[in-house]
Amino acid sequence: MSSKLSTDQVQQIAKIIDEYRDQQGSLIPVLHKVQSIFGYLPDEAQKQVAYGLGIPVAEVYGVVTFYTLFNTEPSGQYIIELCMGTACYVKGAVDVQHEIESQLGIAINETTKDGKFTLRFSRCVGACSLAPFMTIGEDVYGRVKQEDVQRILSKYH
Amino acid sequence: MQNVTLTIDGRQVTVPEGTTVLNAAKELGIDIPTLCYLPKINEIGACRVCVVEIEGARYLEPSCIYQVRDGMVVKTNSHRVRQARQINTELLLSDHAHDCLVCDRNNNCDLQDLAARLGIREYRFEGVKNEAEIDDSSESIYRDPSKCINCRRCIAVCAEVQGVHALGAAERGFETGIVPAQHRPLADISCVNCGQCTIVCPTGALTEVSHVTKVARALGQKQKHVVVQTAPAVRVSLGEEFGMKPGTNVQGKMVAALRQLGFDGVFDTDFSADLTIMEEGTELINRIQNGGVLPMITSCSPGWIKFIEHNFPDMLPNLSTCKSPQQMFGALAKTYYADKMGIDPKDIYSVSIMPCTAKKFEITRPDMDSSGYQDVDAVLTTRELAKLIKSAGIDLATLPDEEYDDPLGISTGAGVIFGATGGVMEAALRTAYEVITGEELPKLDFEMLRGLKGVKQASVQVGDLTVNVAVAHSLVKARELMEKIQSGEIDDLHFIEIMACLGGCIGGGGQPRSDDPYVRSKRISGIYTADKDMKLRKSHENPAVQQLYKEFLGEPNSHKAHELLHTHYIERER
Repeated sequence: MSSKLSTDQVQQIAKIIDEYRDQQGSLIPVLHKVQSIFGYLPDEAQKQVAYGLGIPVAEVYGVVTFYTLFNTEPSGQYIIELCMGTACYVKGAVDVQHEIESQLGIAINETTKDGKFTLRFSRCVGACSLAPFMTIGEDVYGRVKQEDVQRILSKYH
Repeated sequence: MQNVTLTIDGRQVTVPEGTTVLNAAKELGIDIPTLCYLPKINEIGACRVCVVEIEGARYLEPSCIYQVRDGMVVKTNSHRVRQARQINTELLLSDHAHDCLVCDRNNNCDLQDLAARLGIREYRFEGVKNEAEIDDSSESIYRDPSKCINCRRCIAVCAEVQGVHALGAAERGFETGIVPAQHRPLADISCVNCGQCTIVCPTGALTEVSHVTKVARALGQKQKHVVVQTAPAVRVSLGEEFGMKPGTNVQGKMVAALRQLGFDGVFDTDFSADLTIMEEGTELINRIQNGGVLPMITSCSPGWIKFIEHNFPDMLPNLSTCKSPQQMFGALAKTYYADKMGIDPKDIYSVSIMPCTAKKFEITRPDMDSSGYQDVDAVLTTRELAKLIKSAGIDLATLPDEEYDDPLGISTGAGVIFGATGGVMEAALRTAYEVITGEELPKLDFEMLRGLKGVKQASVQVGDLTVNVAVAHSLVKARELMEKIQSGEIDDLHFIEIMACLGGCIGGGGQPRSDDPYVRSKRISGIYTADKDMKLRKSHENPAVQQLYKEFLGEPNSHKAHELLHTHYIERER
């Protein structure tokens, strides 16, 4: 369901669009800035960007869903990003994933009911020596084992 | 432009620079298979079915986008090429629904044809199935994305020909899918139901919402009096489904087939097209004489109506308030005709045969129940009618010609030309001229309004008045024209005809599948030949329409005519 944006939000988006008007290739930077207002890209915000830049809504949606850095759903207070690069995968990232999912009662790309955590995969971050590797918000965790998960998550409760 | 000589499969060919290998091969009569390719609008080399071997090149190249070079040596049919085509196609099949037998496109599917041509006889790769959800929200278009092969033809036609941009690619990798904007149900976005996507879709992913079953059921009910109307454009395209040449007029055979199918009254939308001219022409004269909103724009094409409602809501007052011929017929079938025949309108089941998918949506619009019942109960596309005829075992080609029933089957040449771009305008001018001047029109054919040029403009002298008119077909061209009117670049028009589809209704989304301009022009010739062969060629001379006014409606734009034959429009979100 798309809900209406507040007048203030509409004005903020309009300002961002104005900065980039008539510039080639401005869609991605505009979406990036608009996402920083909401933490994600609501349908109505995508539409305003589309109309503002004269790009079809369907195309904007295509870009938003293509790049993993854009989200179409509100995310939790803490974003857990679990690396699924080859090294992390081989070293047991999937076990860690399942442990997080069962601890939090969510699946990948979902947010806990209390709005605290969102679980996502990341592509290889280059920290292969620390595999399996994950970040929670700004915090970094390396060589994560299944049995560490509960302790790590408890820090954020 | 310079010419380039190259060798394809050991034979030399000379073609202009910039030609693709695919088209150069065509010159030699070599048919390279394609799947995602649509000339001009979808040349993206995505499906890799058209790959060829180029001497000296490391990889196989897609011939639909690869340009010729002087001295190039191409193999289109080497073992390596054949193997690559086969594997690429097998991979497309690996996540495809394997339900050909019960698919709408069985025996009429590009993917199926390709698999057959390449000799694929087993599913070697059984991958994870594409299980995307069916979208049956639309009254017109049925989406089964599990059959989608991501060729993007639908996106191309929707964006480049129609400028609607209802569809787009979303997500990435295996999750990639072609979805309505923001992945909303098709009925909730600015899709105009034109159905051009159902023409170009190579599989069963996009089809019309079928009304075949409910029509067949009605035909089987004894207490139902089932009437049918056939749109102008259907008679010059139905034959294609039975192996006849494009543009062959099968009107008489179609009428005979409809009778054999069990329809109790076989009528012609051309009749209500003539009626539309009386109503719309009168409305135009009134607007011109009484300072009404100008330019007035035609309202026959339901794809165009939904398009203007979404995109140019400020211009809704410019639309003629006339219902389309389909809906005028529907309103009269359950009132005038019911009275005349002494049939209770609740026992009438009203079917229309249309070249159009948007007509299925139109029957559900507000005001389309002015008889007290839903005025039109079901719409079959030309393709669906062909299915119904074939399933009955009727051999269309050998049927003797039959005539439409009275009185709603009587029409003029002005009615039949509604099927082609420029036709509504020409029909309107034939009548407006004679009604306003009281003189006979010296030349009936308005050649400058005919043909496939995107926007046609003309000035016509009608007595003291110079009437400036414009005609546009395809929604990209309609948008262009509307924008010029809004900006004031064009400011002297009185009357505009818009048809949503390229070529007009003959190119409608419910027609036999073809994106070939030759087919379009043949269908158009069929329409104008039909007009030429008619005894009466002006709507106001239609005796059945005259009788209708005398017995029932009074005069054009009368109170009763307004109640039954006119409508209003809705502002919709972009």
